[in-house]
Amino acid sequence: MSTSLIERFQNGNRLALARVITLLENDATRRESLLSTLYPLSGQARRIGFTGPPGAGKSTLIDRIVRVFRLQNQTVGVVAVDPTSPFTGGALLGDRVRMQSSWDDPDVFTRSMADRTSTSGLSAATPDVITALDAYGKQVVIVETVGVGQSTLDIAEITDTTVVVLTPESGDSIQAMKAGLMEIADILVVNKDDRDGAGTFSADLRMVLEMRQNMGDWLPPVVRTSAQNGSGIDDLHARILEHQTHMNTSGQLEIRRLRQGRAAVTRAIDERVTNILSGVHEFESIMGALSKRVAGRDLTPMAAADIVLSKVGL
Amino acid sequence: MTQKIRVLVAKPGLDGHDRGAKVVASALRDAGMEVVYTGLRQTPEMIVEAAIQEDVDVVALSILSGAHMTIMPRVLELIRENDADHMLLTGGGIIPKSDMAKLEDLGVGKLFGPGTSTRDIIAYIQNEVTERRKLVDD
Ligand SMILES: Nc1nc2c(ncn2[C@@H]2O[C@H](COP(=O)(O)OP(=O)(O)OP(=O)(O)O)[C@@H](O)[C@H]2O)c(=O)[nH]1
Ligand SMILES: [Mg+2]
Repeated sequence: MSTSLIERFQNGNRLALARVITLLENDATRRESLLSTLYPLSGQARRIGFTGPPGAGKSTLIDRIVRVFRLQNQTVGVVAVDPTSPFTGGALLGDRVRMQSSWDDPDVFTRSMADRTSTSGLSAATPDVITALDAYGKQVVIVETVGVGQSTLDIAEITDTTVVVLTPESGDSIQAMKAGLMEIADILVVNKDDRDGAGTFSADLRMVLEMRQNMGDWLPPVVRTSAQNGSGIDDLHARILEHQTHMNTSGQLEIRRLRQGRAAVTRAIDERVTNILSGVHEFESIMGALSKRVAGRDLTPMAAADIVLSKVGL
Repeated sequence: MTQKIRVLVAKPGLDGHDRGAKVVASALRDAGMEVVYTGLRQTPEMIVEAAIQEDVDVVALSILSGAHMTIMPRVLELIRENDADHMLLTGGGIIPKSDMAKLEDLGVGKLFGPGTSTRDIIAYIQNEVTERRKLVDD
């Protein structure tokens, strides 16, 4: 069973890749064994993240940049995350609408996924899906986060180059700063350059970036693009490669990968602890009783947590 | 495992608008499904390729152009050629009863005429996917 799926995966069967991704997302048991096979096969791909506010043009831009990578004969995998409705658990995954120009290219594989109401703009399974695409042999893996504009900090924990996409309508640079987007950007894109205000906004962003302290030796470039008419795309591609070369030669890549490794272990510990706890006898009723006491201000949340942890000897 | 139902919703053909497709897509989303929406002007080849990469349980097409007798069989054929027979092909639009019967004979799932309650479509998809998943083994 399992072996034949992995065999097909390793033979480059895209149905097997698609099914592996489904299992990583949904089947906790299969996920463990799949990952132990996939992990040693991965680690080769360039990992690039695209984040930024809703409607900034992330998908349209990715569609364009994928073609540039394809012209360089690089195989590409794309993961596009859209939000899960917290009310129904359903999701409308619409990024593909803007990512169609490589639909018949066998070396481009695109997968949409719901964030399953994680708050990071990524789903808990996104890192695993990246691992799968990487292990499958994709040389470039591109991730599009949910267009949150806030708490997207996780993207740097799974990609090597983070591209933050803004538009002249994104407001002023203060808003981008508040949202933490300036800190995580390795490259800033002002998309919709075909519209008014792109020049001023870019100059603004550049000034803010240049004033920042403790920058290290990489000053994030500000690239103006129009994903609609294609201008600036080659420049963006060149900047991405430049950043990756910088990461390699400066030793930053190693540091970032180490940080990613640590984040991955932390996530796994969280998951394991949550699993262990939910296996505690009468877990739900204990939680119910404690929540009531916390809500009634009879107990602090920390004291309640200690009670739960003590059930498993922690 | 309790896996979310994944559906690809597309509007093949060159004609018109995708209002119907969007209504169905959001109704399925509201029923808790993960809906991959690919939009207008999709060819059967594009639809099936997307369905494979997205590993959907269901392909739901909205057809208004009257081209259902060419599009539906072609999509079905491509699904089979790609060994993706576990996928349910369904859809809706202005399709005469006799054509519906012919398509169902070919192996297309139930088709829905205009004015069908989205509740019926949801119930049909939920039942059908539950049945089909019992048969899939990987
Ligand atoms: N004028 C103009 N419109 C653009 C440009 N790039 C994208 N758009 C349009 O902006 C809208 C949103 O584009 P998307 O690529 O879907 O944006 P996104 O950031 O992926 O959106 P979400 O995934 O929903 O957050 C679409 O209507 C695009 O056609 C551009 O450079 N110029
Ligand atoms: Mg998008």
